[in-house]
Amino acid sequence: MQPRLRTPLFDVHKRLGARLIDFGGWEMPVSYPAGTIKEHKAVREAVGLFDVSHMGEAYLRGPTANAVVDKLCSNNVAGAPAGKAVYTLLCRPSGGVVDDCIFYKRGDNDYTVIVNASNTAKDLDWFREHTDVGCDVIDVSDDTALIAVQGPRAIAMVDTLAGGTLAGMTSFTFRDAEVAGVACVAARTGYTGEDGFELACRNVDAVRLWDALLAAAAPLGGLPIGLGARDSLRLEAKLPLYGNDLDDDHTPLEAGLGWAVKLDGRDFLGAEALRAQKRDGLRRQLVGFKIAEETRAIARHGYAVKQNGDVVGVVTSGGPGICVGGAIGLAYVPPALATAGTALTIDCRGKDVSATVVAGKFYKRPQ
Amino acid sequence: MSFPKDLRYTHDHEWLQAHGASWRVGITQFAVDALGDITLVDLPREGDLVTKGQRFGTIESVKSVSDLYAPVSGKVTAVNAALKDAPELVNTEPYGKGWMIEVEPTEKTELDELMNADDYGKHVAAQ
Repeated sequence: MQPRLRTPLFDVHKRLGARLIDFGGWEMPVSYPAGTIKEHKAVREAVGLFDVSHMGEAYLRGPTANAVVDKLCSNNVAGAPAGKAVYTLLCRPSGGVVDDCIFYKRGDNDYTVIVNASNTAKDLDWFREHTDVGCDVIDVSDDTALIAVQGPRAIAMVDTLAGGTLAGMTSFTFRDAEVAGVACVAARTGYTGEDGFELACRNVDAVRLWDALLAAAAPLGGLPIGLGARDSLRLEAKLPLYGNDLDDDHTPLEAGLGWAVKLDGRDFLGAEALRAQKRDGLRRQLVGFKIAEETRAIARHGYAVKQNGDVVGVVTSGGPGICVGGAIGLAYVPPALATAGTALTIDCRGKDVSATVVAGKFYKRPQ
Repeated sequence: MSFPKDLRYTHDHEWLQAHGASWRVGITQFAVDALGDITLVDLPREGDLVTKGQRFGTIESVKSVSDLYAPVSGKVTAVNAALKDAPELVNTEPYGKGWMIEVEPTEKTELDELMNADDYGKHVAAQ
């Protein structure tokens, strides 16, 4: 077994009484003493802190960086203005997904990218494989800590700690900031369906920043949040998870991420396959489904979707709908079964359970 | 982690306690900690027969689903109906209001295979 990797906040998690699990080689908190349900609700109602330092970070820089990024990204990252954070897929020529990630455009030919922890090595290889002279790929994963602050109280709380310098930021923008005296990059992004920030700082400053954030959050009803609630929150917001809902064998169009695929006049890796798929139509689609509370069943990753006894699809994510009731999940199904209101039959460990296809997010935050 | 002295235990992290001719069954604090927040407990009906080592129910936490294995063979004489609406009782009171079923054993010798608190503590420490 590989040695466990630890973030600079590992001792803090132990001090807070977290239950630690192995997550892709990282020893990470799955929950703190409050438990996943209370943590989930704290993010919906107040504010939560997440250590996401296990995620990978890299710089792509040099005279050809714009061209490299444009070739690798399904979204129009290279065309974004400086200061913008852009969600994108990295596709294979087949249209399958290498990873989903967020690019920060600092300026022309100057990008920071944040990738999934379990894919860091694969993604860096992918970048390097498709980079020629003129674009340096610099791995800064081991030097960078990342703390997400999410929830309705997050913006004002972080802005106060930053001396009022962050209030004017719009969604999916970032800027250099000083939060609680710690130099960091503050991005108005997240993975919970709530408003909030993701703060990147140097490893050596991580504990100081975390402690200041937690001290500010506690009186507001805020909590530290483990990976358990991170997963249940992202699912309620219908945000896909690589390895569950996205992988090499499914395209972003099938995953319902067409909004992050900009084909017009562009020629990125996978564009040809995606154009063909758009022209020929999809054979399967990722849909959200809900199982009624009174059914008392939860469909989970890998369970089969059936029709007239045949397996026609598969559940990719599922769990209790902590703030929306019943159970919720995502599944790949044929287009004929993808319309909102369609009844699905899911094989829950040998028991046929009825679920209903729902459009859009399970949870929408009050505007 | 310490475990109540008046209970008997299985390797699958269940506890048993004599209630008249039946034995009350629940899961231990160790199991509860491993599962996290419990959201659904699916139990047999009163009168159902269970077989030692066979699945008698399932327990769903936020993160995962686990089988419950019968610690002894016998007839289910009581089911904790409160868990239907309040599965979190298993988290908050695993040895009290979070009990699951009561079984009247048909094979009394199976009870001899249960561990006392000290032996169960050693079993947990070795995990």
